[in-house]
Amino acid sequence: MTTLRVVIVDDHAMFRTGVRAEIDGPVDIVAEADDVDSAIAVITEAKPEVVLLDVHMPGGGGLEVMRRLHTRHPEIKFLALSVSDAAEDVIGIIRAGARGYVTKNISGPELLDAIGRVAAGDAVFSPRLAGFVLDAFAGTIEIAQVDEDLDRLTEREREVMRLIARGYAYKEVAKELFISIKTVETHVSSVLRKLQLSSRHELTRWANDRRLI
Amino acid sequence: MTDYRRAYRPAERRLVGGVATGVAEHLGVPVLYVRIAFIVATWFQGVGIIAYLLLWRFLPLQRPDLSPGLESATRRGLRSGSRTGPTEVAQTVALGALGIGVLLLIQATGRGINDGLFGPLLVAVVGVAVVWRQLDDATWSRWMRQTSGWAFASRVAAGIGLVAVAALYLLTKEGGWGAALNLASALVIAVLGVGLILGPWIARLSGDLSQERRERVRSQERADVAAHLHDSVLQTLALLQKNAGDAAAVATLARRQERELRDWLYGNDEQAGDSLVAALRASAAEVEDTHHVPVEVIAVGDAPLDADVSALVRAAREAMVNAAKHAGADRIDVYAEAGGQQAQVFVRDRGAGFDLSAIADDRMGVRGSIIARIERHGGTATIRSEPGGGTEVAMSIPLRTPGPNPPDAAAPPTTETAEVPEPSEVSEVSEEGRVP
Repeated sequence: MTTLRVVIVDDHAMFRTGVRAEIDGPVDIVAEADDVDSAIAVITEAKPEVVLLDVHMPGGGGLEVMRRLHTRHPEIKFLALSVSDAAEDVIGIIRAGARGYVTKNISGPELLDAIGRVAAGDAVFSPRLAGFVLDAFAGTIEIAQVDEDLDRLTEREREVMRLIARGYAYKEVAKELFISIKTVETHVSSVLRKLQLSSRHELTRWANDRRLI
Repeated sequence: MTDYRRAYRPAERRLVGGVATGVAEHLGVPVLYVRIAFIVATWFQGVGIIAYLLLWRFLPLQRPDLSPGLESATRRGLRSGSRTGPTEVAQTVALGALGIGVLLLIQATGRGINDGLFGPLLVAVVGVAVVWRQLDDATWSRWMRQTSGWAFASRVAAGIGLVAVAALYLLTKEGGWGAALNLASALVIAVLGVGLILGPWIARLSGDLSQERRERVRSQERADVAAHLHDSVLQTLALLQKNAGDAAAVATLARRQERELRDWLYGNDEQAGDSLVAALRASAAEVEDTHHVPVEVIAVGDAPLDADVSALVRAAREAMVNAAKHAGADRIDVYAEAGGQQAQVFVRDRGAGFDLSAIADDRMGVRGSIIARIERHGGTATIRSEPGGGTEVAMSIPLRTPGPNPPDAAAPPTTETAEVPEPSEVSEVSEEGRVP
């Protein structure tokens, strides 16, 4: 397997240095950027396999980068990183096309694992993101018959999400449910797709209203 | 509680005035239907347009209510808010074009609005829409600080356009209904145009005063908060320097500070009062501080804190303490899910684990304070553990007061408080024994 080419986009130099120190070697960090415009320039030029994208940064944040690049370069995978855990922004960036979300206190090996997964076309859900997803899709199971397929999670997907929220790694989820890791990955990718494509207005509303409940 | 739902125009997701989006959200229907309804209604003597303009005037504009951290990130341009997608714009433009086409067709058959009035009215409506949009944005732009130049130019252009229409109307209709009537209506439109040019400016002048006052109070509040924040962060930094040699203490201090800051900046969404999630987070924070192990709490849904739920929280706390003390894990994951008929809490570590059957009898802490306690409250608790594979405690109790927020849940009478030890006592319960 060739080394993955990765670009780090984050406005905190200290964080970029830290990540570089932790993961450079196993992956090839080809460039860094610290705001939206430079990120666009750097990514278009370097054409990396994976971009580590900060959610909040000057020029409109990670969301703006996704909006400008994702349709033009669908082959570049984005992994969102954030320190904020604000549901509306996390869900927003996933819906814009990011393949996963992890918090910045993730360890080096875990981050490498996540980068590999994203590059392979799979989705990376942290326990927190799984919690958000369960929350966002909550309550639709009862009215399943009126909803479209995209607007609800299957019982199996829900189970997988719940185990991830409980802190299970993919491997442990597979063991728990007596399925293969590949099947777990398929379920998670399908949840990601639903999250991105579902037009449920409740979903966007949920993210907006979450703090007002 | 007489808390009824109000309709708003969402400021960050509007195409023209946000009326359709606001109405759609209020009624819980797709926004497309609302737009179609407005356009169809417009074919009947312009009812749709009139309704739209009235709603625009009377529905308040709502800005997203953000936590301090997000608000600041928005102001500094570190994030972009939700924006209406290009497909939605295209869809609405197409819909609008279709609507105008049908309107003109109806006009051509002579069943529509009086021909003499139709043209000026159409222009007036567009002018009013442009100007009101700017009026909305006048206060909006204070927040975004972006559109003032364009706003000013288009407002003036709109007003001048209306005046020009009035003049044209006067000139082309010369000698038609009589000069007097023409002059009068032209004057009315001209005055309207001038009013629209100056109106927002006058409104803004008076608005500026109260706005400024509010801004001042707000900046004072912010200064207080910032001072408080800096105090707590500075304290922690000082402590960190003092304890630089002690890795565990440094990690705990950093973690506690992070938790505090995160709570304040991005506000966890649980109620300030008593709820399952709030209590669980508080317990997790305590365990984290006492035992120097990070505890990650993920919650879906919430439940009011009645006697049963309190028991669940205390049992979960026991499980966390056990994991922190005996498992030697580097992290504890807590997952809570509440809603409908039951509340569940899972406490999981990837530590040493133990053979449950071998030491079940002398682990009275686990039996008494977790399993028995949960069972007394009508729930079930299971412990799964294997040596080297970590431990997971799964607890579940039925909810007597379903729903996230029943009105009388604020202070439920806890009949069992006598049996309930104080939290400070509880931390030692797990040792051994203490079967109530």
